[in-house]
Amino acid sequence: MNADVLVVGAGPAGLAAAIELRRLGAGRILVADREREAGGIPRHSAHTGYGLRDLRRVMTGPAYARHYAQAAALAGAEIRSGSTVTGWAQDRVAILTSPDGIETIAARAVLLATGCRERPRTARLVPGDRPSGVMTTGELQQRVYLAGQRLPGRALVVGAEHVSFSAMVTLAHAGADVVALVTERPRQQSYAAFALGAALRWRVPVWTSAAVRLVLGRDRLTAVDVADLRTGAVRRVACDTLVFTGDWIPDHEQARLAGAAIDPGTRGPAVDTALATSVPAVFAAGNLVHAAETADVAALDGLHAARHIAAALAGPSERGRPRSGERAGATVPITVAAPLAWISPNAIRDPAPPPPRGRFLLRSEVFRRRAWLEVRQGDRLLARARARLIPGRPVHLNAGWLAGVQVSDTPVLVTVADDG
Amino acid sequence: MAAAALPADGSGPVADVTIVGAGVVGTAVARELAQYRLSVILVDAANDVGTGTTKANTAILHTGFDADPGSLESRLLARGSTLLRDYAARACIPVERTGALLVAWTAEQERELPSIADKAGQNGYHAIRPVPAARLYEREPHLGPGARAGLEIPDESIVCPWTTPLAYATEAVRAGARLLLDTRVTGMQTSGGEHRLATTRGTLRSRWVINAAGLQSDRVDAMAGGDGGFTITPRRGELIVFDKLARPLLSSILLPVPTARSKGVLVAPTVYGNVLLGPTAQDVKDRGDTATTADGLAFLRESGRRIVPALLDEEVTATYAGLRAATEHRDYQIRVDPARRYACAAGIRSTGLSASLGIAEHLVDQLGGAGLALRRRADTAGPPAMPYIGQSGTRPYQDAARIATDPDYGRIVCHCERVTRGEIRDALASTVPPADTDGLRRRTRALNGRCQGFFCAAHVGELMAAGPGGDA
Repeated sequence: MNADVLVVGAGPAGLAAAIELRRLGAGRILVADREREAGGIPRHSAHTGYGLRDLRRVMTGPAYARHYAQAAALAGAEIRSGSTVTGWAQDRVAILTSPDGIETIAARAVLLATGCRERPRTARLVPGDRPSGVMTTGELQQRVYLAGQRLPGRALVVGAEHVSFSAMVTLAHAGADVVALVTERPRQQSYAAFALGAALRWRVPVWTSAAVRLVLGRDRLTAVDVADLRTGAVRRVACDTLVFTGDWIPDHEQARLAGAAIDPGTRGPAVDTALATSVPAVFAAGNLVHAAETADVAALDGLHAARHIAAALAGPSERGRPRSGERAGATVPITVAAPLAWISPNAIRDPAPPPPRGRFLLRSEVFRRRAWLEVRQGDRLLARARARLIPGRPVHLNAGWLAGVQVSDTPVLVTVADDG
Repeated sequence: MAAAALPADGSGPVADVTIVGAGVVGTAVARELAQYRLSVILVDAANDVGTGTTKANTAILHTGFDADPGSLESRLLARGSTLLRDYAARACIPVERTGALLVAWTAEQERELPSIADKAGQNGYHAIRPVPAARLYEREPHLGPGARAGLEIPDESIVCPWTTPLAYATEAVRAGARLLLDTRVTGMQTSGGEHRLATTRGTLRSRWVINAAGLQSDRVDAMAGGDGGFTITPRRGELIVFDKLARPLLSSILLPVPTARSKGVLVAPTVYGNVLLGPTAQDVKDRGDTATTADGLAFLRESGRRIVPALLDEEVTATYAGLRAATEHRDYQIRVDPARRYACAAGIRSTGLSASLGIAEHLVDQLGGAGLALRRRADTAGPPAMPYIGQSGTRPYQDAARIATDPDYGRIVCHCERVTRGEIRDALASTVPPADTDGLRRRTRALNGRCQGFFCAAHVGELMAAGPGGDA
């Protein structure tokens, strides 16, 4: 089977891209999603707050997921749920398994929008027994909101960012008594109102500078050891459920199998400001390239990628292949230095269009109320910008300096200035 | 398989043979005995086969090249690994002949290589050959710097440690053996030529008792009035499993130069396409202590960083610890007491998976010599065709013909491991079905991937709860 564009992943980024591609007349758009229903992660995020930046209204996750799935179908995109891309026969030729059998899909362009996941306990190397009752927020939400499970008993949440508070609310909804949120950071990373709300409404404290050091329970979880990182003191906390939240990693299997270069910071495919990867005519958008932003930001990424894909398909080069995906211009990588963790997009290809929403996204490992970000290429200072740094929260860097980048082997480096 | 209660007064029928312990050795013995006209009971305290030492090893099908020459272990490893290679091919047990490279990192280790090759020769293994450093790096470009020389052992293989005992148990049960899980043996009395085994589910009667109780084998030996010639000291081994995206980093099993105490930390591919790093070796007191430790995991990461540095950049999908049933003896403790009609197969530290069929053959031969009537059955069905969960062959999601006959093989439920609804349904309806989600993991690999249930745990839970033929 052939498609003009194969979109892998029917979450906010993939569906928003499919709608825009159809609106721009990009031809046959096939969206493959491995889950039973299209919509992505918002399907099982029952809280509200979705749609703010992309749809200019606020709705719950499931309503938002339904909105995008219906709009994409109405726009004429073919949405194939229950269909898994398992690998690539060659560039832009996907192998797809579904109840209908095994097909190859040859596309003129591919958009990877496979999202991200939370690092589970094993990947965080938390030692101890291996009892049941230990899970990620993703598993928790599906257990509670899709499968209707109850989780009585005491629960502990690892992490204190937005998703951690969301996990706390989900646990309370499922009948759990949430003991605390535990974070290795010196303070919580979400909105002050969330933490205050947690303390007042749910009476859940945030234990800062603390870490889960040991998991106990041969069959069912019975307790964890929590260390105070300031004093070294360890206390045993009885609990029945332990939820590991945040610590996102892109679900980058298909990007890697497609041969896309991986950015060492984001761990997603390296992308330029058009969201093109290192593989010709293969683009990537959403939390695959910045794990994790809110759904509306992912959707706006999809819109951005769709416009560049449509332009590439509309103006074929002399060899009949899309222009934008080819290495027409040399790329200049964008890197960061500690305490910054990553920047997205992380490459500049000449000529460089603006990135999604006209700005770069960064992550910091530390809190700084007022910091100076500095952008340099070699010895040249390209920009200085004020930023507030909170781990796990987006740091924005306006892209006005892009025109000053010289095409050379010298990467662009973004740092936090010492003078704060 | 939850067993019905047994008659508490021991009024049930008398079995010919009762095997205590359904690990890889117990199930192999049951499979072997099932070839004969005997009534066989296989009993285990756990809710599944292979949940002790069996499930937490390095999943290597050893040739036995480094065994103690002349030992029983050496002989049964050589025989057992040959038998298992053949059995695996017939039972669809995943095996890959990756070969192993034993790497010397110091001058001292390099000096030991010739004696290791000599020892292999004494063990009847002659294919081992020296490999210079340059060739090591050609074979394994991701090997860390500093390798001095090595040995190639081309027949070392990797095997599925879960399908193997399941296949043995499945064959035994289909041939009429009775598998009693969740049934702990608490005592034994012998009178009138008959053993009475008190269990948590009632009393079993049997003419012969075989102790294959692994970590509990010294305790079962004491119950049986055995000669008490050994004591189990559990040796804990911690392991780290890396994501499948790490698999291209190596092609062979990478072994260290062994020490007197341990075979050391190795890096090996798994038949599922992961990479395994481990094990540690620490004596512990508690026979159920399979917890991982911060020190153990840190030590493994340090070791791994030296062997394949790029491995540390990949995601970890699992950490676990297993207990090897070590005794004060270096060799296996296999003995048959004709007078008491009691046999014991113990002290099978870490090579039981590779040697299992050799151990079973040897033990049953000894039992025949000790008076157990061995009359072959004419109607044996042979090895069962187990569901294939390896990565080198064709899995259901890759099999168009299979999906055409049943679309459930095209419905992928566990995305990381590409486990289909059809495979989960088959596991729930199998001869030895899973008792819980962990049992389902071992049979299908569902939930064993990089996301550890982030995407599919709820769906898998629904399918598990719905049971065979259920709809979720």
